[in-house]
Amino acid sequence: MTGTAPAARPLLEVRGLRVVFDGFTAVDGLDLTVAEGELRFLIGPNGAGKTTLIDVVTGLTRPAAGQVLFDGTELVGRREHRIVRLGVGRTFQTSVVFERLSVVENVDLAAAFRLGLPRLLRVRRGVSGTVAEALERTGLTALADRPAGELSHGQRQWLEIAMLLAQRPRLLLLDEPVAGMSRDERERTGELLLEIARDHTVVVVEHDMAFLRSYARTVTVLHEGRVLTEGDVAQVQADPRVREVYLGRRGAGDEPAVPAGGEVG
Amino acid sequence: MTLTSPPAAGTAAPPPAAAPALPRWTGPAAFTAVLLLALVVVPAVAPPFQINLYARYLCYALAALGIALAWGKGGMLTLGQGVFFGIGGYAMAMHLKLTEAGPGGLPDFMVWSGVTEMPLLWAPFASPYVALPAVVLLPGLVAAVLGWSVFRQRVRGAYFAILNQALAAAFVILLIGQQGLTGGSNGLTDFPVLLGVDLNRPESQLGLYVAVVLAVAAVYLALRAFDRSRLGRLLVAVRDGEDRVRFLGYDPTVVKTLAYTLSAMVAGLAGALFVPVAGIISPALFGVVPSIELVIAVAIGGRYSLAGAVAGALLLNLARTSFSEQFADGWLYLQGALFIAVIVFAPRGIAGLAASGRELLSRLRTRRTAAPAAGAPAEGGTP
Repeated sequence: MTGTAPAARPLLEVRGLRVVFDGFTAVDGLDLTVAEGELRFLIGPNGAGKTTLIDVVTGLTRPAAGQVLFDGTELVGRREHRIVRLGVGRTFQTSVVFERLSVVENVDLAAAFRLGLPRLLRVRRGVSGTVAEALERTGLTALADRPAGELSHGQRQWLEIAMLLAQRPRLLLLDEPVAGMSRDERERTGELLLEIARDHTVVVVEHDMAFLRSYARTVTVLHEGRVLTEGDVAQVQADPRVREVYLGRRGAGDEPAVPAGGEVG
Repeated sequence: MTLTSPPAAGTAAPPPAAAPALPRWTGPAAFTAVLLLALVVVPAVAPPFQINLYARYLCYALAALGIALAWGKGGMLTLGQGVFFGIGGYAMAMHLKLTEAGPGGLPDFMVWSGVTEMPLLWAPFASPYVALPAVVLLPGLVAAVLGWSVFRQRVRGAYFAILNQALAAAFVILLIGQQGLTGGSNGLTDFPVLLGVDLNRPESQLGLYVAVVLAVAAVYLALRAFDRSRLGRLLVAVRDGEDRVRFLGYDPTVVKTLAYTLSAMVAGLAGALFVPVAGIISPALFGVVPSIELVIAVAIGGRYSLAGAVAGALLLNLARTSFSEQFADGWLYLQGALFIAVIVFAPRGIAGLAASGRELLSRLRTRRTAAPAAGAPAEGGTP
């Protein structure tokens, strides 16, 4: 549990990030540092730039300005699969798994990207240790041979996490892992998250406040493309500015808060 | 910025990922039976002229196998596969014409067109060591270069299909325009000798038929092995969610280019085999319309299934021959109607219907056996 120690080496450093979509500035001068071994929650009202931030880190979106350093390596300008190969993995809000393939095939493909072309041309025999472990941790072992298309919504999210684990990334970016889950599933996902965070650096984007209170350690609040505040859960919750942006009130001299903003769990 | 995996139109009924429980030997047994039928029974029963006809159909079936790989497994609608069929065919035909003309001689059609010197493009094809590998390597090279540049720009779906179609049209125009070099719209014909064998003897035609059957069988097995490999699984993953695959650490461009190249090489081989079988290669045999007909055949047979693609190509060609004998003009309408019916009612084609039937059967069987003898190994009870 060295996660919150401030002396830890930064694994991810975002500096002066600016992202513009057709004249709309989604991220505006964002700085963020995540240390090795940390479990970091990113929250903020709709349009705060949380997903955009993840998209930039993983190469899906090109920023207008700024730097993204992963263990000292610049990520901006690299193609998506190169960034994955450097050790950055992500999941998506709407889980995208390969429905025609079985659960184990999905996870196996995620694990196999390091194999060369000649070895990819061979048939998969059995289940590798990495794949078995990822299935075990996410509780999908019993479903291994089922087509992924048959999984429930919650199970699909876990499959995404299993695929992510099988990639053995150094940094995991989870985009709303509990969206649309039942209370039971949220709890299991939370436990899974804490367990994964024991030996990985994890960044979680989440809307759900109850989930945040139960499982978050360090929280970064984004608002209108900038970091509003950062701290542990209690600090952040006590911050009047955070309440303001979440309740959509007008602050003194501020722009009107994000119109769709009232998502408080 | 949400990712959606766009299933192409007509994938509403996904192929079942888990095949219904059949004994393990069923596949190899069926394969052997069909192979024996084609190699032993057909030559014994059918008259020579029909053997030759079947060999032609099998050449189209071979090209259909490539389409099933690129389109069925990889989601790339290859509407211009005739280009690669044509390249393979011309490579073979050029070699045969040069053999006919003898060392230093010019092919007959060039003499008629007033060409007096051997064109540079033709010279290397005099050697079988150049011409025979070129039959698959040239189409492969063209597809690799085209695929790489197109897939890298993330051109896909209908745009890719239109591009392929345009390529087929341009290729035909180019061939017709270069009368002295390619024989124009007449193409190349009259090939008496292949590798020292007299092609006009009936045994040679039987030999060609056997060679084509073996080629189809070998390509089928090779593509099946590819489909089952990790790379094959990856190809299906690219088809269903190209953007997601990037985040698994793979470059979809490489996977797609590879599959497209493979399918082009198969088409090239098909074209090359077609030349001595049919005794002619001309733009009308592989242009825009034949390219589309190949895709229709694969759709009717079942694009997700390699065996379905072969069956589709054979059935469609057989039907065309027997139908056109009676109603010459009706065939096009029937073919179109068949295509629409398949797209609307059976998007997985004949192979899909067969799979659904098998599934239903095994479900009925397990229901019947499960009740009286629970726990006993499920055995197909005779009805």
